[in-house]
Amino acid sequence: MAELVLAVLVLGVVAYAVLGGADFGAGFWDLTAGGAERGARVRGMIKRSMGPVWEANHVWLIFVLVVFWTGFPRAFGPVMETLYVPLFLAGIGIIFRGAAFALRGEAATIAQARVMGATFALASVLIPFFFGTIVGAIATGQVPVDGDGDPWTSWTGIVPLYVGVLGVGTGAYMAAVYLAADAQRSGIDDLVRAFRVRALGAAIATGLLAVGGIFIVNAEASDLYSGLTSGAGLVLVLVSAAAGLVTLWLLWVERYALARYVSAVAVGAIIVGWAVAQRPDFLPGELTFDEAAAADATLTALVIGVIIAAIVLVPALTLLYRLVLHGRLDTEFRPIVAADTTHREEER
Amino acid sequence: MPLLEVAGDALSVLAQASQFTAVDQDYLLEARQMQAMSLGVHIILVCFGISFPAMVLFMEGLYLRTGDPAYKAIAKRWSKVMLILFAIGVVTGTILSFELGLLWPQFMETFGEVFGIGFALEGISFFTEAIFIAIYVYGWDRLPPKLHLLTGIPIVIAGITGALFVIAVNGWMNYPVGFEISGGEVTEVRPFEALFNRQFWHELFHMYLAGVMVAGFLTAGVYAYAWLKGRRDRYHRVAMIVPLAFASLAAIVQPLIGDWAGRKVGENQPVKLAAMEGLDQTTKGAPLNLGGLYWDGKVRGGIDIPDGLSLLAYHDPDATVEGLDTVAADDRPPVGWVRNSFQLMVGLGTALALLGVFFVAHWWRRGRLPRSRWFFRAVVAAGPAAFIALISGWIVTEVGRQPWIVYEVMRVEEAVTGAEGVPVGYGALALVYVGVAAAALFLLRRLARRPVEWETGAKALGPTESAGEERG
Repeated sequence: MAELVLAVLVLGVVAYAVLGGADFGAGFWDLTAGGAERGARVRGMIKRSMGPVWEANHVWLIFVLVVFWTGFPRAFGPVMETLYVPLFLAGIGIIFRGAAFALRGEAATIAQARVMGATFALASVLIPFFFGTIVGAIATGQVPVDGDGDPWTSWTGIVPLYVGVLGVGTGAYMAAVYLAADAQRSGIDDLVRAFRVRALGAAIATGLLAVGGIFIVNAEASDLYSGLTSGAGLVLVLVSAAAGLVTLWLLWVERYALARYVSAVAVGAIIVGWAVAQRPDFLPGELTFDEAAAADATLTALVIGVIIAAIVLVPALTLLYRLVLHGRLDTEFRPIVAADTTHREEER
Repeated sequence: MPLLEVAGDALSVLAQASQFTAVDQDYLLEARQMQAMSLGVHIILVCFGISFPAMVLFMEGLYLRTGDPAYKAIAKRWSKVMLILFAIGVVTGTILSFELGLLWPQFMETFGEVFGIGFALEGISFFTEAIFIAIYVYGWDRLPPKLHLLTGIPIVIAGITGALFVIAVNGWMNYPVGFEISGGEVTEVRPFEALFNRQFWHELFHMYLAGVMVAGFLTAGVYAYAWLKGRRDRYHRVAMIVPLAFASLAAIVQPLIGDWAGRKVGENQPVKLAAMEGLDQTTKGAPLNLGGLYWDGKVRGGIDIPDGLSLLAYHDPDATVEGLDTVAADDRPPVGWVRNSFQLMVGLGTALALLGVFFVAHWWRRGRLPRSRWFFRAVVAAGPAAFIALISGWIVTEVGRQPWIVYEVMRVEEAVTGAEGVPVGYGALALVYVGVAAAALFLLRRLARRPVEWETGAKALGPTESAGEERG
């Protein structure tokens, strides 16, 4: 039963990484889009693509948290007690990002839109970084079971920082692919080209980062390394690498709709690989999955909950993504700065 | 759960021995305040989340029945407000889930498996709400009208079920069942028994009606204010009447639910009831003090109604009501906070119920709104009053639970984190919330000032002020 709930938890993390992570990546491209004039079209596209889906994507984080504390309370406590600094910083980032994105559409002046936009974009880069350091800290056994790990050194080692950067990179990579696909669907050719270049660049950069990671993990975290280079862990790493290469090729031949899914596989496989590599430990060297798990009655209830969730949410999510991918919920494309000047004219 | 043996002699009442050890945390009060602040920010958004969608759908339903573009313009405008408030609610809700772990790790680690399922089911509701709110708001004029209305219904249902599961967890903290405990280890977990505990049903109805009152009166108040400022067109009239009707009906029913809730508290948490009434000594035929405030250790002022408390709490003038003396001083909540908040809630709730009765009766008999400016001023004041009543009631429930995080099982000082820097986190979060609140209010005002989105060709029916074109 613990294994089943663990699978649900990992599924939640994967979903958050490939959906929520891509929204953070969109923020990265917003941040790097250049001045107000030059970046207006890129920012407009990002806002239009994220608008209908970011809340649903974000809720995967809540899903992960509730399954974590209900299913594995004895690991949840120590993680919260040791890693409170990056968790709190990510939390603050989440407030800034969500509120700024929601309110940006109502900004009256270019100055307001800029403040909102910059807040949104900067937070979008910091959140996946902090989440990455949390993953890195857990994976390298920095969380002791009695929760008294060092609040700073636990997540500022080389591997946690590396995973943080990787989190930012994979998000940016997926976001560029998704945005290229959205722009192609809407027939906005200059933005297809703009995001194609970004996607190719990010794919190569993230790929190199991943290869470099092999050496870092080998040097710094030998247990994790051996988990990732043997058995099922190795298979998943290879799947991820292959999916990354296929994505690169699909981008090259401009088949973005397919690239969207393959790029998600590349990221998802490595997360599943991490879980497999750690098996059977939840907190490496400290606590196994079974030891961390809640009572059977709770796990059963949780599985029932997940089944209800599947019955309710799978059709609902399918409907949402179908409507989105068929362009039924698309708003009119509008570069971000221009939108605000029209409001002002209207007021006169 | 351990039951307290009430001893006749007050001196023999000792603080209850606990199975847990207190955590070394100098800033327990700050940790509690930080949690309270985050809940206080979130709860107002929750009120809109659980009740506003029903008002939006009602308005859209009116439009589909009559074809009157005013209804549609209002529904569309409101759905944008709904989306913004929901989005901010999503992030403040996320902070709450973080804080449960960050501030109260021992609570989560020990009892997560008992009540966690409530949050899992709430998560599903939240998810459903997020999905359909996006479809609904972005689907205006893009989906067929009837289908569009249908996509709003899951938002309403998910709002109710979401509140239901969170209240179930809160009810459990106040009446913890569904597990056994020995030596600080939880065994024999029965998660569903934990959810449907004895504090659950009345808390649910009380909170849901409170949500309707807060969202309804606040929304109506915005348009009543516009009315007072001279914007007396049909758009503003309709946009005031609908939320006012929702809120008034809720306000009229709320005292009945409140009476039920009060009796349940007397049954399940007699010490909390004693704190609510400021009753020091266990009393047979206890009087009810109305309006008196508690300070310096006793209730001062107000009017005493003989046997009133016994009558209210047990429907029997001779019933014995347990006083604060049944537990040791260390096991009592801060009586002043609980008693005074309770008086405030009851006072404001009564005034709002009277406003509701007046509005409904006037509408029933005359078929129109009252003409007095005082009525509109009262509606403007009703929103903040409902919010203050909500916060007061919540203080009664949660401060009245102190010193326990899990009632009579685990104390707050045993649940709190041992981490340093709680005041730093508290200060930082407070600053962030002030900033977000200021930005949200500023931008919602801007949204309100934008021209109303009338359908093309509908301008003749509209107000004489500006009629804007479609905005995405």
